[in-house]
Amino acid sequence: MPITYTSGEQVEVYRFSIPFTVLVPATALFLQAWLPRQFPFLAMFDLPLLVTIFFSIARRNPISGLLTGAVIGVFQDALTGLQIGIYGIAKTVVGYGASSLGVKLDVENAGARVLVTLVFYVVHQIVYFVVARAMVALSLQWSWPHELGAALMNAVVGVFLFLALDRFKQRT
Amino acid sequence: MESVLGRYKNLIVLVAVLFAQVLGLAVQVKRTTDTESSRLIRVWAVSTITPFEKVLVWVQTSTGNLWHNYFYLRGVRAENRELKQQIEQLRLEHVRLNEDAMQARRLQALLGFREQFIAQTTVAQVIGSGGSEQSRIVFIDKGERHGIKPDMAVITDQGVVGKVLKVFRSSSQVLRIDDQSSGVGGILEKSRLQGIVRGTPAGEVVLEKIMNDEAVQAGEIVRTSGGDRIFPKGLPVGTVTRVANGTGSDLFLSIRLRPAANLSKLEEVLIVTKLEEKDITPSDAAPVRAADILSQRLPSVPEKPAMEPAANTGAKANQAAPVPKGPDKNSAGAPQPNALKTGDTAAAPVVRTQATGAARVATPATSNANSESAPATLQPAAEHKPAPAPVKVATPATPTPKPNTPVNPPPANPQDGPQ
Repeated sequence: MPITYTSGEQVEVYRFSIPFTVLVPATALFLQAWLPRQFPFLAMFDLPLLVTIFFSIARRNPISGLLTGAVIGVFQDALTGLQIGIYGIAKTVVGYGASSLGVKLDVENAGARVLVTLVFYVVHQIVYFVVARAMVALSLQWSWPHELGAALMNAVVGVFLFLALDRFKQRT
Repeated sequence: MESVLGRYKNLIVLVAVLFAQVLGLAVQVKRTTDTESSRLIRVWAVSTITPFEKVLVWVQTSTGNLWHNYFYLRGVRAENRELKQQIEQLRLEHVRLNEDAMQARRLQALLGFREQFIAQTTVAQVIGSGGSEQSRIVFIDKGERHGIKPDMAVITDQGVVGKVLKVFRSSSQVLRIDDQSSGVGGILEKSRLQGIVRGTPAGEVVLEKIMNDEAVQAGEIVRTSGGDRIFPKGLPVGTVTRVANGTGSDLFLSIRLRPAANLSKLEEVLIVTKLEEKDITPSDAAPVRAADILSQRLPSVPEKPAMEPAANTGAKANQAAPVPKGPDKNSAGAPQPNALKTGDTAAAPVVRTQATGAARVATPATSNANSESAPATLQPAAEHKPAPAPVKVATPATPTPKPNTPVNPPPANPQDGPQ
C-alpha cells in the first residue's frame, strides 16, 4: 500500500499563491455549474470537493483545511436553490479530515490519492445526506452502488486533477 | 487553560465553524425567505460565476450559428420544401381547430369562465446549472433588470420548464419541474383528472393525488390546470409513461411522466412576464373557414356577372374544400370569395364576425385598384354594426396558384386578377 506513516518533521508542507488560491476554487465552482448544463451526467463529479481535498492535504493544516472547505462549500450552496450550509458543513468536515490525515500520512502518490479521495467522497456524501435529511427535510435516497460508483469516478478524476495542480505548489 | 486551548485549538475551531453553519441553516429553514446574509452570499457567488457563463454561452452560440448558418446548409432546400408543405397542411388543420376552439369558448362563456392568457413573454438563455444532483435548477441570463420576478412561469415551445425561484440583477435561478421541491397543478387531457405534478429525489416527474380507482392510461398527455396561479391553463407538462397502483395504504396512483420539455438540454426558454385574466366572450377569435384559405391558393376566378346568388356560391366553396365541423349559421348567406369578381377578393379571406352574422372582406396589402369595385353586397353588414376585431389570417402577398389545377386560364391583363 503506497500510504506511508510519517512523523511531523518528515511531511512537507506546501503553500500557494493568493491568485491560485482564489482562482482554482472559483474555476471549480464555475465548471461545476457550467458542465452539467452541457452534459447532465457530469453532475456526479464534485470538483469543489476535489479542490478542497487537494488544498487540505497539501497545506496539512486542519484549521486552514476546514476553513477552505467551509468557504468553498458555502459558495457551492449559493449556486444551488437549497439553503446555504449543507455543502458547507460537509466540506468543512472533509477539509478538516483531509488535512488531519495529511499531517499523519504521506498521500503524495497516485494510489494513496485514489483511496483518500474515494473515502472522503463517501464521507462527504454521508454528511450531506444526514444534514439534508435531518435539518432541511429533503427526501433524499441513499444508494450505495451509485455513491460508490461516483466515489470511484471522482477518485480517478482527482488523481489527474491533483497532478495538474501539483505544479503550482510552493515549498515553505 | 491556555494549554488546553492550544491543544484542542483545531477541534475548537472545527466545532465553532460547524456550529455557525448549523445555526445559519436552522435560521434559513425556519424562515421561508432568504436572510440578508444568505442573500448576500448568493449574490456574490452568482455575480462571480454568471458573467463567465454568459461569455461561454455567447461563444458557443456564435460558433454554432456560424457552422449552422454558413457551413452546414446541406439539404436545406429540400427541408424548406417539406416545411412549406407542412405549413399548408397545418393551416388547414388550424382552421379546423379554431372552429372547435370557438365552440368551446362559446360554451365557456355561457358558464361564465375566466381564463388566463399569456400576455407577454421574455426570451432567456440558459447559462448554467446548480451543479448538484440534489438541486435541479438552471440559471438564465435575464434578471431584475429585465423585469423578471420570482414565481414567473418558465416554458419552452414544447412545454413547461419550471418557475423563477430567485432573481438577481442580471440573472435568475429557475426551479425545474423535476426538482423535488417544485409543484405544478396538472390535469390529464382525456380523463380531466386533476393532480399535482412533482419532481422526485431521483429527478423523475410524477403526477400525484389521483385516486387508485381512476383509470389512467400510459401515453395520456398532462397539461397545466391553472390552479397554481403560476402557469396558465393548458400548457403541456408531460406524457404518462407508467401507471401503478399505490402500495399498502396509499390511496393514490403512482403516475410517472416524461416531461414535455427536454429539461436536460435546455437552451432558450420563455419567461411568462405577464398574465392576463379575462372573461371569455364567444367573439374572441373569429373563425376563418378552410374554404377561404383554399380559395387563396386556387387560380383566379374569371370575370362573371356580378351579384351571383350568395347561397349558390357558398355551396360551391363548401364543395371545394373540407369545411370544418361546427355551427356555421353566419356563413350561410355570406358571399364567398370564389364568387367574387376578379382577383380583388380571391386573395382576401372572408372573415366572419359572429356578433353581426355578417361577412366582410379583409383586403390584403397587395390588393389592386379593382378592389374598389367589390360587390356592394359585402359592405353593408359591416357598416350597420361595428364588428369585433377579427383574427387576421396571414395571407401571402401574392398568392401562388396551383399549377396542376387549371380551372381557368389566367387573365391576360395582370391587373384583372391576382397572379
